[in-house]
Amino acid sequence: MTHPAHRSRRVAGFLALLGAAGLLVTAKAATAPSPRPVLLASGPAGPTATTPSGRPGPGRATTAAGAPASTARPTGAPAGALTRTVLGTAEDVSYGTVQVSVKLRHGRIVDVTAVQLPSGGRSSQLAAYSAPLLRQEVLAAQSARIDTVSGASYTSQGYAQSVQSALDAARS
Amino acid sequence: MTRGLRLVATMGTVVTIDVRTALPAAEMRTALDRAEQVLHRAELMFSTYRPGSWVSRLRRGEVGTDELPAEVSRVLALCGQVAELTDGAFSARWRSDRTPDPTGLVKGWAAGRAGRLLSALGAVDHCVNAAGDLALAGRPAPGHGWRVGIADPRAPGALLGAVGSVDGFPVGAGGRGWAVATSGIAERGRHVVDPRTGRPATGLLSATVVGPDPALADGLATALLAAGPAAAELLDRWRPAGWRGCLLTDSGQLVDPDGLLSPPAPASSAHGDNPSVGSRG
Repeated sequence: MTHPAHRSRRVAGFLALLGAAGLLVTAKAATAPSPRPVLLASGPAGPTATTPSGRPGPGRATTAAGAPASTARPTGAPAGALTRTVLGTAEDVSYGTVQVSVKLRHGRIVDVTAVQLPSGGRSSQLAAYSAPLLRQEVLAAQSARIDTVSGASYTSQGYAQSVQSALDAARS
Repeated sequence: MTRGLRLVATMGTVVTIDVRTALPAAEMRTALDRAEQVLHRAELMFSTYRPGSWVSRLRRGEVGTDELPAEVSRVLALCGQVAELTDGAFSARWRSDRTPDPTGLVKGWAAGRAGRLLSALGAVDHCVNAAGDLALAGRPAPGHGWRVGIADPRAPGALLGAVGSVDGFPVGAGGRGWAVATSGIAERGRHVVDPRTGRPATGLLSATVVGPDPALADGLATALLAAGPAAAELLDRWRPAGWRGCLLTDSGQLVDPDGLLSPPAPASSAHGDNPSVGSRG
């Protein structure tokens, strides 16, 4: 995996309006020129915590260093029995940076959203389109008329690694 | 349990295993576990990101084709068959160094393997969605067939339409399972290379196919995107074997000769209930 000549550290704002309750978290990478506001929505079921992944990769400024301390797992709640959103590490891929946040319920993924995506490619709009496929798929499950979604997908080792790091952090 | 859902981070993406057959909890868990293992095994065998995968070792010349496990040999043979059936618009040897890389159909192949295992374990109503490459069987709910939304590559969250199973089509729907695959412009722009020219494919924003086999569906969708202007003609040759498809051209024209797509749902249902589908940018 090569390091890119320039790293995409663009501000990525996300409005994830899944549930009625919303939890605002400001996540700021240490070397990012500006804060990245991230709005992580929690599902209606159960308490929610947002945990920055604690596994920064080599040479990366990755985790949500600015996340408030209150995002730790609530004491007394079993690890697998709540809905929470975990930020994965930022992974450098040859054409930019990939970072996801993963929402888990009872320890299983129920949603993945991209916090950072490579800004290159044919257009930034098309680059932004691909990662939400999974989100769309998750939402399709709530529509009586659509059961799932097919589309050109976001695939890279970095994407899978960022998801995995969030899972690792959630289980640690 | 009436529904089993698992999302698996593997093969560079996240794969959804969605079982709708009502099974005892232990059987459901076993079925999901075994299907997940199939996906991870595929990653270990085929990933070009893993130096130790069989494909990586083959590409470095450390192993010969006669030393490969049967599954890897079968996938490479399948790549060769799809290459012949697409006049080379699909090829495992699409890289400039001509080393074999079956990435163009391995996600569909893995989804199909996982789906067949689910059926064998009693989870006969299922959808394995390998980030756009789908293996489907049975029904999502009594009295309903699976309906698959096809993403619009021009508008995040929007759909071009939906594909559903109807009696007799796709071939094998209901009993043997069927497949949907979409190939298109994704994260790196034009990331599908036309193996015959070595240059990025042009002409189409996306190609969707529906047919009886997930591995072939993945390969055919890849080939159609690479074929660009010749995609409709290529699709005609697959039609007698039970394949259908629709194409979105660079100019935004939707080519859907078989009327595959129907409106996904009334606007109030598809988007109104889930505002984040329609409003994300």
